[in-house]
Amino acid sequence: MPTKIEKDAISGQDTTGHEWDGLKELNTPLPKWWVYVFFACIAWAAGLCVLYPSIPYGRGYFHGLLGYSSRRNVDADVAKLVDQRKDSMDKIAAMPFDAIKADPALMEVALTSGRITFADNCQPCHGAGGGGNPGYPALAAGAWIWGGTLTDIQQTVTHGIRSADPDARNSAMPRFGADGTLKPAEIEAVADYVWATFYGHAEGKDVSAGAKIFAENCAACHGDQGQGNRDMGAPKLASKVHLYGDSREAIVHQVNLPRQGVMPNWGTRLSPGTIKAVSLYVHSLGGGE
Amino acid sequence: MSDHALAEPRVVYNDAVVKKFVVASLFWAIVAFLVGCYIAAELTWPALNLGLSFSNFGRLRPVHTSAAIFAFGGSALLGTSFYVVQRTCRARLFGGEALANFVFWGYQFFIVMAALSYVLGFSQSKEYAEPEWHLDLWLTVVWVCYLLIFLGTILKRSEPHIYVANWFYLAFIVTIAVLHIVNNAAIPISWYSAKSYSVYAGVQDALVQWWYGHNAVGFFLTAGFLGMMYYFIPKAAGRPVYSYRLSIVHFWTLIFLYIWAGPHHLHWTALPDWTQTVGMAFSIMLWMPSWGGMINGIMTLSGAWDKLRTDPGLRFSVTAVGFYGMSTFEGPVMSVREVNALSHYTDWTIGHVHSGALGWVAFIVFGSFYYLIPVLWNRKALYSVRLVAWHYWIATLGIVLYIVSMWVAGIMEGLMWRAYDKFGFLQYSFVESVVAIHPFFVIRLLGGVFFLIGGLMMVFNVFMTITSESTERPREPLIAPAMLAGA
Repeated sequence: MPTKIEKDAISGQDTTGHEWDGLKELNTPLPKWWVYVFFACIAWAAGLCVLYPSIPYGRGYFHGLLGYSSRRNVDADVAKLVDQRKDSMDKIAAMPFDAIKADPALMEVALTSGRITFADNCQPCHGAGGGGNPGYPALAAGAWIWGGTLTDIQQTVTHGIRSADPDARNSAMPRFGADGTLKPAEIEAVADYVWATFYGHAEGKDVSAGAKIFAENCAACHGDQGQGNRDMGAPKLASKVHLYGDSREAIVHQVNLPRQGVMPNWGTRLSPGTIKAVSLYVHSLGGGE
Repeated sequence: MSDHALAEPRVVYNDAVVKKFVVASLFWAIVAFLVGCYIAAELTWPALNLGLSFSNFGRLRPVHTSAAIFAFGGSALLGTSFYVVQRTCRARLFGGEALANFVFWGYQFFIVMAALSYVLGFSQSKEYAEPEWHLDLWLTVVWVCYLLIFLGTILKRSEPHIYVANWFYLAFIVTIAVLHIVNNAAIPISWYSAKSYSVYAGVQDALVQWWYGHNAVGFFLTAGFLGMMYYFIPKAAGRPVYSYRLSIVHFWTLIFLYIWAGPHHLHWTALPDWTQTVGMAFSIMLWMPSWGGMINGIMTLSGAWDKLRTDPGLRFSVTAVGFYGMSTFEGPVMSVREVNALSHYTDWTIGHVHSGALGWVAFIVFGSFYYLIPVLWNRKALYSVRLVAWHYWIATLGIVLYIVSMWVAGIMEGLMWRAYDKFGFLQYSFVESVVAIHPFFVIRLLGGVFFLIGGLMMVFNVFMTITSESTERPREPLIAPAMLAGA
């Protein structure tokens, strides 16, 4: 194809003389500002490489004139925050609960720390404000399974429930159905009894057979009035709050093949002071004893 | 037309495969937008996950990203590259119809199998490289055939020079091949199993992945679509490309610098500080080479600005270049480690990706297709130019809603996550930041729905255009004897 350089009337620039499918190109020089900004960016990039860790060699790398290290910086930042919290958190860790509650300034720190600790660690299961979720106890309702005093809560948070911790709270409801202790008909009968007596759905049914089975098998832990037993972590049945849901099916399921909920032992992740702070927060949600 | 065209034999181009890719691209566009809207709704109201494994966000998200990037964008790139390389080389596609059709059907097969595999729970867990090893091998075969066709067509061209659009298309094809093969190197647990493990481990694996991921952006979503821009903008504007020199300089600087910038995706991770600095330095240098493409795109319009009033298709292309310029400025800014400390892991990143994907990639495709479709199907004009204008405004509004809501949400998240109270405790929990951005998730969904509505308008318009009366003249002989005699 013959090279034919033309002058473009609008821009006053020459074309390159090539053409493809009717497309031509102008030979406009690079915009000056573009070149200068490009050079400035290169200079900036070079500056970064001089000041910051950049060029690798052999088994090491050039550390940069500023001695920058993101790892060291984060250590310093964390240390600064820990230092800022230190006085209060040391006091909270050392003082008994009553003394902390008697000190409004310290209590403000404890509840602030407890709130954020709860929101980032406990809330995913126990719900905002400790409202609970199916399988995860409501903390604000006062329906404590293992006890709702400050020291009870501290113990539960630190060592967990059925966790790997040797001091964990442990108990296991027998698998009455799965292990054949009770026959299906007996499970239905005892469910009828629990449903009528403790869940408030009497509906005039005769539940005496279930009452007998309950007395023989369940009352030892759950109490003859369904009042529960905190030493064994046996939930109160005569309650408005039920861990695995308010239905007769849930009762049958639990008697047949009980679920054994696990709570982590937070002592491995949270400091003793932080655990006391979160215990104070949980205690303040409305169910504290 | 220039006079020499009359003197030479007419080349009959393979447009059938281009048409297939155009239709496929529009089909996948609707799929990508629809799934995008659905998963945006899942993020806003998690109950929409429906409690089913295959409708879960984690499985539908790669369906959305792959449909948008590889199915919609990829089909548009393959189709337009076949169209452009034939015209600008004055040569029919190398390899014959069968090879071209194999690339089309092979690529579509890959997309369908990839989407199915995600929904069924198969994934390499590498972003934008989710398909497992057997699908990767298949794509490699298809891609090498694509490269053969493209390169073969360039080699047998009747033009003395290679047009700039083809440099960009070729850079895209070659680099994607290299990235795909290196990043997907994996060992299957058995020849009969879909599961494999990456040959890289730990932070090396992360670095290879983001070398791939960043250059999927750089070469798939940037270089490829720049190729599209370099043909369709001067064509639609009827003006020469603004600067040949700029196209050379920004091409080579873009190619050289992009490939190093990946580590900026791994700021504040286990990646060594020196690698992060290098990634940041190259990202900053990349700003002007990226803008070279924007300057060439926009300045080509000088002398033809009035066409923006009458040609809403061209308006799409020029707005695309504007969004390209904005995203390629935002990118280097976000690559600066201190800015990244705020933006990393927030929805700002999602907004950034979509200003590129919706504003640049989708808009340049829409603009090119609105020009290409009447030409390709020999129709006088589009069914409705007014509908194109409506598509333009509703899609632009959608993008603005999307990226502004994600900026606000992202900066808010970044600030909330790093806020400490007077005692030195975190001021907000993670879930509080989720609650705070909820309204912006609703706005983002609205933006996505607008974009989807625009896409449906386009599909309707294109359907009506294709089914309208053809203006095609009776087919001329391959070589018109009268023309030869006249010459």
